Amino acid sequence: MTAILPSTAATVNTGFLHFDCVGKTFPTPRGPYVAIEDVNLSVQQGEFICVIGHSGCGKSTLLNLVSGFSQPTSGGVYLDGQPIQEPGPDRMVVFQNYSLLPWKSARDNIALAVKAARPHLSTSEQRQVVDHHLELVGLTEAQHKRPDQLSGGMKQRVAIARALSIRPEVLILDEPFGALDAITKEELQEELLNIWEEARPTVLMITHDIDEALFLADRVVMMTNGPAATIGEVLEIPFDRPREREAVVEDPRYAQLRTEALDFLYRRFAHDDD
Amino acid sequence: MTVTLRPPSSVRRSAWVKNPKLKPFLPYVVCLPIFLAIWQVISAILGQDRLPGPINVVANTWMPYIVEPFFDNGGTSKGLGLQILISLQRVAIGYLLAACTGILVGGVLGMSKFLGKGLDPVIQVLRTVPPLAWFPISLMVFQDANTSAIFVIFITAIWPIIINTAVGINQIPDDYNNVARVLKLSKKDYILNILIPSTVPYVFAGLRIAVGLAWLAIVAAEMLKADGGIGYFIWDAYNAGGDGSSSQIILAIFYVGLVGLSLDRLVAWVGRLVSPVSR
Repeated sequence: MTAILPSTAATVNTGFLHFDCVGKTFPTPRGPYVAIEDVNLSVQQGEFICVIGHSGCGKSTLLNLVSGFSQPTSGGVYLDGQPIQEPGPDRMVVFQNYSLLPWKSARDNIALAVKAARPHLSTSEQRQVVDHHLELVGLTEAQHKRPDQLSGGMKQRVAIARALSIRPEVLILDEPFGALDAITKEELQEELLNIWEEARPTVLMITHDIDEALFLADRVVMMTNGPAATIGEVLEIPFDRPREREAVVEDPRYAQLRTEALDFLYRRFAHDDD
Repeated sequence: MTVTLRPPSSVRRSAWVKNPKLKPFLPYVVCLPIFLAIWQVISAILGQDRLPGPINVVANTWMPYIVEPFFDNGGTSKGLGLQILISLQRVAIGYLLAACTGILVGGVLGMSKFLGKGLDPVIQVLRTVPPLAWFPISLMVFQDANTSAIFVIFITAIWPIIINTAVGINQIPDDYNNVARVLKLSKKDYILNILIPSTVPYVFAGLRIAVGLAWLAIVAAEMLKADGGIGYFIWDAYNAGGDGSSSQIILAIFYVGLVGLSLDRLVAWVGRLVSPVSR
C-alpha cells in the first residue's frame, strides 16, 4: 500500500487532492453498509487519474465525496489542504447521463454555467469563453440545437465543454463514454485529452474500460470489490504526452499493463455474480 | 380464366373506405348516427314529453334558441350565447384568481419541505369538498350570489393547481438539481433556468384539470342561485315546465358540453405553446 503515495513527501505529505483514510458507511434497514473503507490516495495537481473496478466497488461513492455531494463517515477528502464540504464549481462534474437542461440549446447550457461560475467576467468575455469551448468540442455549428436534437456523443461533448468552460480545478467524469458506440468513444477520448492539455485541470474519471483508462490516465486506480471496497492497486502509466493512440497501443509496456489490469480485475478480484 | 366483375356499389364503398382523406372520419360517420338513433328509439319508448329525441330537440328549439343565440329580451330572457358568456365571465374571473393564487401557493409549498408537509392535511381534506358545499358559506360571507359563484369557482379550481405545482417542483430530476448545486446557481437563476421550465408541464396539467372542475362548478352554482348564466337557464327552463322545456334543457346541456370541451382544449393548447421541450 505504501507504493500508492507518491514519493514527493515534501508538500506536507499530501497532494493537491488528498484522500486520507476515507471510509463511507450507509445506514440501511438491514444495518450499516460499508461502501468504501480506508481509501488513501494523493493526487498531484494536473494529474489524470482513472478509477476502475467492477460495479458496486464504490467508485461512485468516491466520486460523490470529491464532488461534495456526500461526506465521508471517517477520514477526510482534502483539496489544496481544505476539507471538501459541499459541491462547488471548482470541482465540476461531467455526469453519467449528461445532465444537460433539455429546454436550453447547447450554447445556453454552457452559457448558464459560465455565467454562474465565472461572474467576474464581463458579458462579452463570457461569450468568448462559450464560443471557444463550443469550438474546442466542434459544436460551433450545432450550438443552437437543443439536447434532444443532438446525438449521445454530441451531448457528451456539450457536457464536457460546459464542465471545462468554468475552469474547474478538478474535473470529475462519471463513466462519461459508457453509453457511446466504440468509434464515438475513441473520438471523444482523443478530444478530451486535447482539451485537457489546454488548461490541465486535475482529472478524476471513473470508467469500466481498461483500454480507455490506459490511454487517458497518468495513473489507474483499481478498486477491490465491495462491500468495504478500497484501493487494491495503482498502475503508473508511463506513456509520453501528447499521446497517439497507435503509438500507445503498440508500446510493449501497454500489453504488460493491460495484462496486469486484467489480472487484477478478472482473476484476483473477479466479480462473483451472486 | 375467371373474370370477376365487381358491382359498382362495392367499388364506390371501397373507394370511400380507402380514400385517405375521408377514412379518419369513418368511425364518426358510423357511430354518431347509431348514437342518435338509439336516443330517438328511447325517446319513442318513453314518449317525447319525458325525453324528446334529437329531431324534436332541434325542431322545438330552432326558433329562437338555435338560430338567434344572442337575442336579448331584457332581464334574464337571453339567447344561449349570451347566457354562456355570462357563465364564462364568472369562470374567467374565478379561474384566473385560482391560477395566480394556486401557482404561488403551490410554488411555496413545493419549495419549502416544512410548509409542504405541514399544510398537506389541510389540502387533502379541503380538495375533496364538493364545489356546491362551499356555496352556502360563500353566500354567508359575501352576501351576493354573483361573488359567491365566483368564489365557488375559485375554491374548486385552486386545489389541482396547488397540488400539481408543488408536485412538479418536487419532481425536478436530481440531475438538474445536482447541476445547480455544483454550479452554485443563485436562487434567481435556479428558479428561472431550472425550476420554472421543469415545472411548467405539471402546472398546466393542474390548470387543465382545474378548468374542467371550474366549468362543472359554475353550471351547478348557477342552478342554485344566480341571475343569468347557462346553469340558470337550465334550471329556469325546468321550473317553467312549458312545452319546449325539455328540449331547451337538452340543447343547453349540449352547449355546456361543447364549451367544457373547448375550455379543456384551449388550456391544453396554451400548455403546449409555453411548455419547454421535455426530456
